[in-house]
Amino acid sequence: MTTLVYLIPVALFLGALGLSGFLWALRSGQYEDLDGAAERILIEPDDRPGDVLQSK
Amino acid sequence: MSCCAPGAEMALEVANAASASPSSDEIKLASRSLGGDIHQTELSVPTVHCGACIQAIEAALGKVENVESARVNLSTKRVSIRWHGDDVPPFFAVLGRLGYQAHLFDPEIHEKDKTLSELIRAVAVAGFAAGNIMLLSVSVWSGAEGATRDLFHWLSALIAIPALAFAGGIYFRSAANALRHGRMNMDVPIAVGVSLAYAMSLYETINHGEHAYFDASVSLLFFLLIGRTLDHVMRERARTAVNGLSRLAARGSVVLRDDGTREYVPVAELTPGMRLLIAAGERIPVDGDITSGNSDLDCSIVSGESEPKAVSAGTHVQAGTLNLTGPLTMRATAAAKDSFLAEMVRLMEAAEGGRSHYRRIADRVSALYAPVVHLAAFVTFLGWMVESGDWHRALTIAIAVLIITCPCALGLAVPIVQVVAARRLFEAGVMVKDGSAMERLAAIDTAVFDKTGTLTLGQPRLVNASEIDPTMLAMAADMAAHSRHPFSRAITAYAGFAGEPKLDSVREEPGFGIEATAGDDIWRLGRRGWAGWKARTGGEGRIGGYGGTVLSKNGSIVACFAFEDAPRSDAKATIRQMKEAGVSVDMLSGDTEKACGDVADALEIENFVPALLPSGKVEWIESLTRAGHNVLMVGDGLNDTPALRAAHVSIAPASAADIGRKAADFVFLRESLLAVPLAMEISRKAGRLIRQNIAIAIVYNAFAVPIAILGHVTPLIAAIAMSASSLIVIANAMRLQATVKAMPEATPTRRRSDVVGVAHP
Repeated sequence: MTTLVYLIPVALFLGALGLSGFLWALRSGQYEDLDGAAERILIEPDDRPGDVLQSK
Repeated sequence: MSCCAPGAEMALEVANAASASPSSDEIKLASRSLGGDIHQTELSVPTVHCGACIQAIEAALGKVENVESARVNLSTKRVSIRWHGDDVPPFFAVLGRLGYQAHLFDPEIHEKDKTLSELIRAVAVAGFAAGNIMLLSVSVWSGAEGATRDLFHWLSALIAIPALAFAGGIYFRSAANALRHGRMNMDVPIAVGVSLAYAMSLYETINHGEHAYFDASVSLLFFLLIGRTLDHVMRERARTAVNGLSRLAARGSVVLRDDGTREYVPVAELTPGMRLLIAAGERIPVDGDITSGNSDLDCSIVSGESEPKAVSAGTHVQAGTLNLTGPLTMRATAAAKDSFLAEMVRLMEAAEGGRSHYRRIADRVSALYAPVVHLAAFVTFLGWMVESGDWHRALTIAIAVLIITCPCALGLAVPIVQVVAARRLFEAGVMVKDGSAMERLAAIDTAVFDKTGTLTLGQPRLVNASEIDPTMLAMAADMAAHSRHPFSRAITAYAGFAGEPKLDSVREEPGFGIEATAGDDIWRLGRRGWAGWKARTGGEGRIGGYGGTVLSKNGSIVACFAFEDAPRSDAKATIRQMKEAGVSVDMLSGDTEKACGDVADALEIENFVPALLPSGKVEWIESLTRAGHNVLMVGDGLNDTPALRAAHVSIAPASAADIGRKAADFVFLRESLLAVPLAMEISRKAGRLIRQNIAIAIVYNAFAVPIAILGHVTPLIAAIAMSASSLIVIANAMRLQATVKAMPEATPTRRRSDVVGVAHP
């Protein structure tokens, strides 16, 4: 029974943390271009393949 | 451009023909100032499809002088560019070189979708609360007793408060609004049920009761909000995509003042009597008379006539037509609000009345549903009062009835099917305005097609190329490459002959044709009477119809060109499929009888009506409607717009006039007209699934309600029953995905290999 006194607030706090994280992401516009985000991971910041060899 | 959907590109090629890059004044007018001298311009680039496109555009624009940053939004197919300085950087030229057609995006439409973010926030809050309350409820159901149970109930009550206030607010506001206007909607039973359940549970908690309904009331909200969000996403997504395509009306025009100065004036400030300068490639902003200059006007979007019209001083011109070949000076005779364009908008609004009394299936069902639910709950309360005399027990059971009949499954049934169907259509290149459009499309029995630009591409094609001497054809193609006249573009397609003829100088005579010198010879490509100045002209020559365009060498005609408006690919198959689906097909056009007859013969359409005015098309559709038919209108021109509105449901190609696309319920992006039967088939399947889902919801209630009325429903049963009915409805909607896959595959929208191929050149 006493463990509940800790566990319930901990559970609620973690849940609220997740919720506020989501709301923050929503407000900062991270869901505005979902298709773009999915494609952008395929874009290399510097896409000259030669650079990799030169840096060795 | 190497990547992405070939179909979409073709469709936009057509759009290219009818729009030219806006002037820098126009761009400035459409840009937003961000303080300092930094401006932000929003462009709509409908052909952006994949990662490679994003990279190509951002890299190319980033290198342009004065551009601070460029960001592509793939979901809305938009590019926002921040730039500084007084001169507008050449975005359109850069994008054009990459192969992307860009359009200015209207800043008025550019508003963030506040409702969507509010709905998503509400879903998040309701989901959080529902999860936590469910956790506590499971402990209560599995045997928490006494003080522990009370503690859990109190915690649930606390968690439910923000969820009801924030997420429930959407329903409370809507319900209050409906009641204030003396109407009933589906939000009323939801609002009543949720708040009664909460109040009752609170009473129970205070009195150390065994049962509380916090979990039920909050998870009810959660499920309903999911349905509502899906519904909203579907409508909004298609709407932004449709809005993003090019605009028809000019934003402004260069005005020539009496003192000889030139000034760029927004279209709203143009007044009758002003002298306007219209460069080749610009749209006529208002109705007026030409005072000087010769040119050809593309009137297809206004009148449906496919052949460009030659204009010279004294001709009356209408707003919205495109000036093709030469600069013109005109005198405005009407302000923008009195122009032909505005007239179309008025006709369209007048025609709209016919459609406004259509009510969505969900609305019709809920109109019956809400009173029945309330009546059932109220009768249950009265019955138990008479039976047991225990008001507390009677009220508890009445609430259980309200909750178990929750229109959860009903709330999800319609939007989930529509979202899945809209997704399938989107992948096939068809955008849907809203769910009711699919319901209406499923019910049609008559289809009316416009000719120019719908059944045909609205773009002339050279039909007698095989009869022309290849050397002459190559010569003509070389000359035609210097002009933007539609006929020139059709001839240019035949360029690339090995024995390259050499042209010394080329000049275009607006309204007549192109003259070039090669060595000592003078070549002319254009009107018969002008080009063949030594030949005996007159008559249309051997080839009728669009004949009259010739190539001449030193005044003697050496080749004749015949043009024809090419039917869209698959137009014939489309008509056949429509007929097989039991839909009768008519063709209406503003074009001449001969042009219509040719197309009708080629496409096997029995009924056609030529030479119709815009109001004639509306009358035709209205008479069909009066005869009890549900009419589908497929059209693209400005002259079709009122008809698009008058019909039960309407479809327009992406190359359509901007206001036509806005009036239409569906817009297809690819060249193929097969999108029309495809949209109809998917809509009919979606309609069947929606009716099945509603049937499931009704059957569920038929079982659940008697049990609830008899007082056997515990919170556990209510929660399980509710979730199960929702899950069944969702699973049923997913069947659409499976059935539609069996149809002929449309061109894939993107190919992964291209992304890699472009990323590593």
